[in-house]
Amino acid sequence: MNSQSRTDQASLDPRKPAENCSSVKMEAAEAAAVTAPEASAASSGAVSSEAETASAKPAIAVEMNSISKNFGDVHALDHVSIQLFEGEILSLLGENGSGKTTLMNVLFGIYFPDEGWISVKGQPVCIRNPRDAKDLGIGMVQQHVKLVDVLTVAENIVLGMPGKALLDRRAIAAEIKKTAERYGFKIDPDRKVYELSISEKQMVAIVKVLYHGADVLILDEPTAVLTPQEIQRLFAVLKKMKADGKSIIIITHKLHEVLEVSDRVTVLRKGQLIGTIPTSEASPYSLTEMMVGHKVNLEIERPLPHEVRDCLVVKNLTCLRDDGSTALNNVSFTARAGEILGVAGISGSGQKELCEAITGLFPAKEGSVRFLCEEGHDGEGLELLGLSPEVIMKKGISLAFVPEDRLGMGLVPSLSMVDNILLKKYHQQKGVLVNRKKPAEIAQNLIDQLEIVTPGVETPIRRLSGGNVQKVLVGREIECNPRLLIVAYPVRGLDINSSYTIYNLLNQQKAKGVAVIFIGEDLDVLMEISDRLLVLSNACVSGIVDPRTKTKEEIGLLMVQGGDESVKKGGQTA
Amino acid sequence: MKSTTSMATAQTEEKRTTPPIVCKVKQPRFHIAKRMDISFSQLTLIHALALLAALACGGLLIFALGHNPLEVYCEMVRGSFGSATARSETVKMAVPLLITGIGIAMAFRMKFWNIGGEGQILIGGIAATAVLAYMPGLPYLAKMLLMALAAILAGGIYGAVPAWFKTRWGTNETLFTLMLNYIALQLVRYLMYQPRWQDPGTKFPKIFSFGAENVLPKVLGVHVGWIFALILAVLASLYLSRTKQGYEISVVGDSSNTARYAGMNVRFVVIRTIFLSGALCGLAGFFTVAGADATLTESTAGGTGFTAITVAWLAKLNPLVMILIALFVALLQKGSISIQSSFLIPASAADLLIGLILFFMLGAEFFCSYRVMRSSRSSQSSGMKAPSADRSSGASSVKPAEKEA
Amino acid sequence: MTFDFIKLFIAAVFAGTPLLLGTLGEILTEKSGNLNLGVEGMMYMGAVSGLAGAYYTEIWFNGAGLPAVFAALIFSFLAGCLGALIYAFLTISMRADQNVTGLTLTIFGTGFAKFFGELMGQKAGGYVKVAAKTARSFGKLKLGGLSKIPVAGELFFHYNFMVYLALILALALAFFLNRTRKGLNLQAVGEDPSTADSAGIPVARYRYIATVLGGGICGLGGMYMSMVNQKGIWVPECVSGYGWLAVALVIFSTWNPLRALYCGLIFGGFTILRMYVPVPGLATQLYDMLPYVATILVLIATSIRQSKEHRQPAGCGHNYFREDR
Repeated sequence: MNSQSRTDQASLDPRKPAENCSSVKMEAAEAAAVTAPEASAASSGAVSSEAETASAKPAIAVEMNSISKNFGDVHALDHVSIQLFEGEILSLLGENGSGKTTLMNVLFGIYFPDEGWISVKGQPVCIRNPRDAKDLGIGMVQQHVKLVDVLTVAENIVLGMPGKALLDRRAIAAEIKKTAERYGFKIDPDRKVYELSISEKQMVAIVKVLYHGADVLILDEPTAVLTPQEIQRLFAVLKKMKADGKSIIIITHKLHEVLEVSDRVTVLRKGQLIGTIPTSEASPYSLTEMMVGHKVNLEIERPLPHEVRDCLVVKNLTCLRDDGSTALNNVSFTARAGEILGVAGISGSGQKELCEAITGLFPAKEGSVRFLCEEGHDGEGLELLGLSPEVIMKKGISLAFVPEDRLGMGLVPSLSMVDNILLKKYHQQKGVLVNRKKPAEIAQNLIDQLEIVTPGVETPIRRLSGGNVQKVLVGREIECNPRLLIVAYPVRGLDINSSYTIYNLLNQQKAKGVAVIFIGEDLDVLMEISDRLLVLSNACVSGIVDPRTKTKEEIGLLMVQGGDESVKKGGQTA
Repeated sequence: MKSTTSMATAQTEEKRTTPPIVCKVKQPRFHIAKRMDISFSQLTLIHALALLAALACGGLLIFALGHNPLEVYCEMVRGSFGSATARSETVKMAVPLLITGIGIAMAFRMKFWNIGGEGQILIGGIAATAVLAYMPGLPYLAKMLLMALAAILAGGIYGAVPAWFKTRWGTNETLFTLMLNYIALQLVRYLMYQPRWQDPGTKFPKIFSFGAENVLPKVLGVHVGWIFALILAVLASLYLSRTKQGYEISVVGDSSNTARYAGMNVRFVVIRTIFLSGALCGLAGFFTVAGADATLTESTAGGTGFTAITVAWLAKLNPLVMILIALFVALLQKGSISIQSSFLIPASAADLLIGLILFFMLGAEFFCSYRVMRSSRSSQSSGMKAPSADRSSGASSVKPAEKEA
Repeated sequence: MTFDFIKLFIAAVFAGTPLLLGTLGEILTEKSGNLNLGVEGMMYMGAVSGLAGAYYTEIWFNGAGLPAVFAALIFSFLAGCLGALIYAFLTISMRADQNVTGLTLTIFGTGFAKFFGELMGQKAGGYVKVAAKTARSFGKLKLGGLSKIPVAGELFFHYNFMVYLALILALALAFFLNRTRKGLNLQAVGEDPSTADSAGIPVARYRYIATVLGGGICGLGGMYMSMVNQKGIWVPECVSGYGWLAVALVIFSTWNPLRALYCGLIFGGFTILRMYVPVPGLATQLYDMLPYVATILVLIATSIRQSKEHRQPAGCGHNYFREDR
């Protein structure tokens, strides 16, 4: 009952206040219920007193005490302590790189802590590997759901279970169905995992943890790949499990989810515990301040576009994957210079293929992609389809692309920053030798301008942290003065400050008259930064909308409605 | 391991307020962490220790056979570098190893597992011999150049074919190149019976001897191939580090997707590089038939294609380092031949030793990229220790305790 | 014609058995996610150790016949295990590159066999040869009435015990992989070690055991080469590429032990076809290329038609380190 009413309150979008006074920049309110220093003092200092008072509260399911973990010189966790009560949902909140996942990986036995101790149900324990964790009733659903693709759902679920030496597939399938139905899941135990959608895979992973008899569930960013509707369904399940007496830790960096689903929230920052507060005492602003450590302007700037011209016209673009499935189905849109075009959609709806088809990396079946040059603007432009990246580069078409897989596609991880900048330059150099002088200068400039933290320009890129890697990549792409800039998930894995650096860079490009295509996953960010928002659903464009006038729920609906013609038309008129 | 949940509760309930001293489950004694960086001297030390350990392992075997390991090792060095003739024999062995090793390193840098060095050497040898068999009348210099060219082309094409299939359909190059080894070997056996090829002086299946007028000149007692081998090592090193093509190899080798993204024609780069790789092996074949052996036999390659893999790997695919490694491996091979006569230890001891050394070097890599840390006793049992003291004791790196099966 | 076919079939079974053993060993290994290219080396180690086991059992314990056969079985198996153990230690515990470690194992194993083979020959004063009684134990079995059935008796009940052992191993391996809990766990380890680890499966233990046992089976295949094909005489080139053919056969059999049965038979047939189906005008040396050429052709064919399920376990070639992900 109680949780229900809280949900209703919190389902109000946390950005709502910001809209009410849109012209005024909102500063985070200063009145956080518990300020940071107090909280950390309480948790590290008085263990015994807390334990005494615990008798009045529900029993403690898990206690992690003064956990430290270092990776080389990086203190990923610095004496962090948390407690989880039985039958509660605890949110673990923090920026990327704050140590949330590391802490949970310690609890699940993936990392062995350098210091600290863990107790489960009051028993001090030693968790050396996930097997130990499992035996203690701890289960984890990782962010990239861990299932074996070529096995069936049932096989995946019984994996690692003790039992009779021989497999009785029919009996197992029946048992799984029973467990699943108890929590309102519908799964077919005989399907192969590679046939499932991402949200179905996640369901299987949760059922698997339950089937293995876990009392403590850890969910690592479970909502990252889900639509708003699917998120609601997941939260309903979590509440059902909570009512069932399970304890749940949910890792997230989305504030409204914290407020909606959890009982208490623990905030980490840069590997340190900032504090734990009851959710009822938290607000988006107090939480942000705890997360970031200073007041943050939560709003992303969106300057009005000016001198908008068409830059890239995509018509009826259709692409097939290797296995014959449709990656893009009849996609049409226009990207305009001086504007940011956001692309939203459930992951795997064709975003990757869209970027790669435009840049010549993915073959198209039919359609046209016309690049309209500034000079010689004859209305027709230059056809990009069918050109290889090599030809596009040689023709001097100035488009830049920041791919999703930075180290796998945009950069060469074992080469230095100079050599990575050379990647875009060496084609233009004359002769058979490479000249590293100019790229070295550019590298130094980027380090200065974007405040890239690196031991030097010769350090291999893979040694850099995620945010710095992304700065190198975006910096290199912008350095070529592109007319069209395509960025895919540019802030994934970045902390708030780095994210805002990237947003600023994109806005600068927009102001310079570059056409920016921004493929994102966080709907809140997309709605704040885009001038227009294209929604991909199941390989189709389900709408191109004005994010200023639409609500999040409307866009969420578009994300799941694949290729409905009426929706598309309605969207385009908007 | 049994679950700890069934443990007695009363006692620990009291203890819970103070950090528990004893852990109920056996703790791991060591854990492993990634090294962020490593100094050059540490690197050298680890590799030197690995080499010593490998030699000690071989020494144990020698001891078990009833010999003094030190004496045997000394004899190996004496037998390979002790006299002018021994030295020239050793260098002669090192030449094809070095050239083939450079070729294989090119392929390995692209993670293309070319283990067809044997076949490419043989095909190179066949092509060079064919020039002699069908165009015996050419002037000396033209003949030699044509032989070298034929060997380079034949080896290159023999390497490029699997590369073509690999880039087109992802055909497994390891097995493809390997099967080509056996096919080339059968081809040599076939040619031994053919007119124009068979030695007219004997009824045995054997390919004609080149004769003094058809072999490479000698410089300092060894055929001129050694000079070319050294030049090639320098050129290859420059090619890999300074040219656009070398740059393309590093990019494609690390991430072919990034290479595609950067507008490289990945297929072409791979085929071109593997052609070069095969061509170098073919050239090694030419130097063997026209320099060292003065004929083509079944054992023209004689395992060089495989041994060169270890040469390339031990040198970390660096052509300049390969000069030293090739000499070292040649020392082992030549030395084993001499201990066969003086100690009656079979010459295949060289392969055994090379294998052992590479095993230990592979093991040593681990200690270059990871640290083994002794889990501090306090870990997970008393968390309230001062962090600084704990960190220093916990991070003490354990010396590479090499142990091998 | 039927007569010829029967003879060819029988010869193919004999020639295919060592290939089958190597293939089974490598299937087990690759199912755990270890791509061990050292099959040739392990077969060599098995060949020499099996022969040495039999030979010294005869000499020291006067055990010609069955005791020598058992010694050959045990020692070849152990030698294969030893080779695989080195590989497993380096790749699983030391995280060395699987390709290079496998190649090194081939070089090492070949050197190992030639070294000890030659050493035995030296000690024996010439060459090593097991007693006729031992060699006979590896000969064709007489299975009473079964062997006397016309045609079928000749086709199916007239082989040496190693053939039946290989057959049983193939069936057992298929049963293990498809029907048992441990087999399922092993597949998960090979496909996706981090998932298996999260599910509480001890990845390293599974990899070690599968790799070492796989190596042992390869060793048995090598022993077949020295004890059956060479009739118990040490021939330095006795394995000569069969290990590599076995690695290729793993691909053709799509990691399925039952399919390995007929793949082994077909490729066994290719190696001896020359003796049974002469092609006029084709030189024997060129005819001997057949198994290798066939391998290349089948490699190309299998690579052209890729399938989602009949492929190498996804974890193959990658070492797993829990904290690395």
